[in-house]
Amino acid sequence: MASRNAIQRMRNMAPAKREALSFYLFILPWLLGFLAFTLGPILASLGLSFTQYDMMLAPKWVGVEQYQRLFHDPLFYQSLWNTLYIVLLAVPTSMLSSFAIAMLLNQNVRGMAAYRTAYYMPSIVPAVASAALWMYLLQPQWGVVNGILKGLGLPAPGWLASKAWAKPAIVLVMVWASGGTMIIYLAGLQDIPESLYEAAEIDGAGRWGKLWNVTLPLMTPTIFFTLVMNIISTFQVFAVVFVLTDGMGGPVNSTLVYLIYIYRNAFVFFKMGYTSAMAWVLFVIILALTILQFKTASFWVYYEAERKAGQ
Amino acid sequence: MTTSTFRGSTARKTARRVASHLVLMAGALFFIFPLVFLISTSLKSSRQMAKWPPELIPDPWIWRNYVDVFLYAPMHKYLLNTIRIVIPSLFGAMVTSSLAAYAFARMQAPGRDLLFLILLSTMMLPGVVTLIPTYIIFSKIGWIGTFRPLVVPTLAGSPFFIFLMRQFFMTIPMDLEDAALIDGCGRFRIWISIMMPLATPALATVSVFAFMGAWNDYMRPLIYLSNKMQYTLSLGQQVFVRDHGSEWGMLMAASTMMIAPVIVIFFFAQKSFIQGITMTGIKG
Repeated sequence: MASRNAIQRMRNMAPAKREALSFYLFILPWLLGFLAFTLGPILASLGLSFTQYDMMLAPKWVGVEQYQRLFHDPLFYQSLWNTLYIVLLAVPTSMLSSFAIAMLLNQNVRGMAAYRTAYYMPSIVPAVASAALWMYLLQPQWGVVNGILKGLGLPAPGWLASKAWAKPAIVLVMVWASGGTMIIYLAGLQDIPESLYEAAEIDGAGRWGKLWNVTLPLMTPTIFFTLVMNIISTFQVFAVVFVLTDGMGGPVNSTLVYLIYIYRNAFVFFKMGYTSAMAWVLFVIILALTILQFKTASFWVYYEAERKAGQ
Repeated sequence: MTTSTFRGSTARKTARRVASHLVLMAGALFFIFPLVFLISTSLKSSRQMAKWPPELIPDPWIWRNYVDVFLYAPMHKYLLNTIRIVIPSLFGAMVTSSLAAYAFARMQAPGRDLLFLILLSTMMLPGVVTLIPTYIIFSKIGWIGTFRPLVVPTLAGSPFFIFLMRQFFMTIPMDLEDAALIDGCGRFRIWISIMMPLATPALATVSVFAFMGAWNDYMRPLIYLSNKMQYTLSLGQQVFVRDHGSEWGMLMAASTMMIAPVIVIFFFAQKSFIQGITMTGIKG
């Protein structure tokens, strides 16, 4: 390190400049990584999506043809629908069950830490291992899940072997691993000041009144956050489905989710231009949904809280 | 105590409490039973596995499955390979991300707020848009089939970790730093000798998540590694599922071995897990 005098001189000369310089030195690795592995690739993939490229010959410019081809590809629609189905089923189910569990745990129940651990544990299990486990549990003939269903006199579906039940099976595995959302809700609930509940009680609010007028409005920012993040991550579901279906997205493409179709086009067929177009379509869908959520947020996230409080 | 205890009789309170516990236990069963069943199955004989209703306690205890896994899959090799991507990922979290986080938390520079906004938005960026060009770049420079595509990007740090550490640094009082700055300490000295020791809880949190991310990662090893001797545990496990899909005892033993370290770390670092989840919403 330079002498104290030299540093003092530098500080007298241009302290702001010096600080700015060290700021950029400190963030340099991230900045380089961002340019090389995020910004650069985003732009490159946009460019590639207008070309035909198999990684052997040079990319050939084809303009919007890749997108036209994509919009005539039945498997594109199939994979988009499968993904949307899983999003529409998994996101609300995991959010609702997480919220209910968090509400129950927030009542100062004895053994709260043990319950929290139990509910959270599956979400740290590696996707590949949880897929193997659920393949076993969901075996149509002799699996434990169907054994229990039969015991209760309920119909025993074919789960991963059935076109109709494969997607719900995947959702089941995803909900099983949704403990992270529950933890976020629990933290949010614990941040709500007790005084608000007391005030609501003085106003004569019952259990439902307190839930509707205090808990839900104050939880909307947390709910909003988990909604945005869950939608983004569920649209990109891959590992669980890949292992559960041996990379095929079967039976009969019923679990061919968008990322498996991307994987197949890119790393089996090496259609890099086509896959880039697919990636951009998904990007635009996710971006549009995220923007839509942020735009509508003012209607239910903060505004609702104000309106209810004003009543 | 919930405020409802102000009203209502003790009997009603007790009834509600019992009802809560019943619902919570039923739910907990759904979440924890599959894991218990996994371990139990890995230790059962195939005859006991076929029994209905299923028995949870193995009788006799069969350890054979754990030995057999190693006959079919080089698990120790997979473990070493996984560690090879876990360690750089820890470095990226604890050093690179922490440095950037400190800069974002404490230092003034033109463009800082814009860069932080960009960093935040990359947290929501679907990874799939960068997948193809990144693969092409790595392929052009001959990195396919090496560990470099799994190592180099993680060394650059992660926006999630930077964000999380920055939030933590913001809560540390400025006084200590001010004194050091007046003494002529450089920013790097302050970061390493004042901030880092104070940030131990946040460092624990990011390293737990970095470990989990690298340990569980599936897609990137799948794309970049080509030789079976390079496989990570995730990848090896999937091949195992494909090749021995009906040898359930062995499959469950392999799964147990893959899950066990994660569970052990979870019990040691439970607080860090909960903290990380609540602060950023990363899912493990």
